[in-house]
Amino acid sequence: MAMTITEKILAAHTGRDEVSPGELIQADVDIALGNDITAPIAINEFRKAGAKKVFDRDKIALIPDHFTPNKDIKSAEHSKVLRDFAREHRITNYFEDGEVGVEHALLPEQGIVLPGDLIIGADSHTCTYGALGAFSTGVGSTDLAAAMITGKAWFKVPETIKFIFSGKLNKWVSGKDLILFTIGKIGVDGALYRSMEFSGETIENLSMESRLALCNMAIEAGAKNGIIVPDDVTRAYVEKRAKRPFKFYKSDEDAGYTDIIEFDTKTIEPQVAFPHLPENTRNISDVGDISIDQVVIGSCTNGRMEDLRVAAGILKGNKVAPYVRLIIIPATPAIYRAAMEEGLFKIFLDSKAIISPPTCGPCLGGHMGILAAGERAVSTTNRNFVGRMGHPESEVYLSNPAVAAASAVKGRIASPEEVMTR
Amino acid sequence: MLLKGRTWRFGDDIDTDAIIPARYLNTTDPEELAGHCMEDADRDFVKKINSGDIIVAGKNFGCGSSREHAPIAIKAAGISCVIAKSFARIFFRNSFNMGLPILECAEASEEIKEGDEVEIDLGKGEIRDLTGGKTFFARPVPPFMQSLVEAGGLMEWVKRAR
Repeated sequence: MAMTITEKILAAHTGRDEVSPGELIQADVDIALGNDITAPIAINEFRKAGAKKVFDRDKIALIPDHFTPNKDIKSAEHSKVLRDFAREHRITNYFEDGEVGVEHALLPEQGIVLPGDLIIGADSHTCTYGALGAFSTGVGSTDLAAAMITGKAWFKVPETIKFIFSGKLNKWVSGKDLILFTIGKIGVDGALYRSMEFSGETIENLSMESRLALCNMAIEAGAKNGIIVPDDVTRAYVEKRAKRPFKFYKSDEDAGYTDIIEFDTKTIEPQVAFPHLPENTRNISDVGDISIDQVVIGSCTNGRMEDLRVAAGILKGNKVAPYVRLIIIPATPAIYRAAMEEGLFKIFLDSKAIISPPTCGPCLGGHMGILAAGERAVSTTNRNFVGRMGHPESEVYLSNPAVAAASAVKGRIASPEEVMTR
Repeated sequence: MLLKGRTWRFGDDIDTDAIIPARYLNTTDPEELAGHCMEDADRDFVKKINSGDIIVAGKNFGCGSSREHAPIAIKAAGISCVIAKSFARIFFRNSFNMGLPILECAEASEEIKEGDEVEIDLGKGEIRDLTGGKTFFARPVPPFMQSLVEAGGLMEWVKRAR
């Protein structure tokens, strides 16, 4: 039977030759992930269930990244729950202090998640790893607890929508814009319960960083997972990182899709998602005059080297506008170091930006850049819900790093062209 | 399993940040989370509701984060059931895992008015609007999922099953 890449990975982890959409399956998990918000509940459930041992200490990842460095006493207590559990069960993939980064940047970078894997994470943006050709989806803490005990999770095999992008990307357009554009077209529940498979020549030519940003926001369309069939770009990325074997799967030519949606990138400009839903997208040329108070460049969506390089290119020789704060958050210690060694920190500091240690921080209104009532932010993060970055009467506009950096310089939402062609 | 309460209406795409804002996620205590339930959608929500009340919402309820704190907050606030046109998938899963019953029913989502007294038979998927005098049918909650709700969630169910 012809299958999609998602169906093939699910079948392989169920010990079967084939599965089809709608079927309920119980599958083996390669990596089960939790963070400082979701893992404490899972660990509590683990203990309540009377479990004494984790199913495999190499297949669990505990990443305290949301409220770290611990923002208050309660957060410190949560982080301590993870640390104590990691120590007790000798969890291999536990990171903290100078080694921890934003989970969905850290796990691919460290080669912990690989092509062909089945990954669950108690974090909705776990769908990021589909960029590597893995089946990866967000679950709740209880599902994580069950997986930590049994090594298994149950799934309904999703139907798949295929997205085909053709054409060369316009200037300043990245993976972030492709996914914002897509969500703008299909809506925040446009792929509810389903898999989003991204394909076409545009995707084939896309960098791994942009692919990760693209798959990261599949959940923002309600999808179960986002996925890209692995290729030479994938191989180049994972070969030097993998410490165990991995497998490339690809969709059959005649695999079944519920829908096939084609986009020509000629018409895709940098996108801005207006409050308070990621589907409220506009072309940068249609944004109008919107003054801002804060800019955030970072997160599991856009805190990687490619993102920081683009931002630095725009900030070089420019200053952040008066009364505007620019917070730059390299997503992992390795990215932090690379940005420093490449001289990006000098550019950022010269422009009056703040450089934060790796953390999810302001993306979810945790800390390190909270908005007051009436304040507006442009952010390279992934959600612009009411109160997402602070006060319920604040506003978040989502964009790519180039638009975010240009907006910091102008003090209003701005196109990179306005800064680069003076 | 029978549930009965007055209804509170919400619109489309109610996200997990509206259900329980991330600024309160430095706790896992159900009572503390319940005190902030729906705060960014309706500031006075928890002051107004009575135990057993029912939320009626539009499409894509619970979109956004995977935080289990969302169904925990709703359940601990005393809400007995959420009826919506559709649910975000992680929220759907988390709700039953936490023992909070939820029902998908487009008609009920559109026609039930705020403050109506509603009775629900989970096993039959029957939603009776006693005030409006109309009955709606959602897909019945299968026995396994009902037993999750009765046990108080997946983990409690697992413990009983052992």
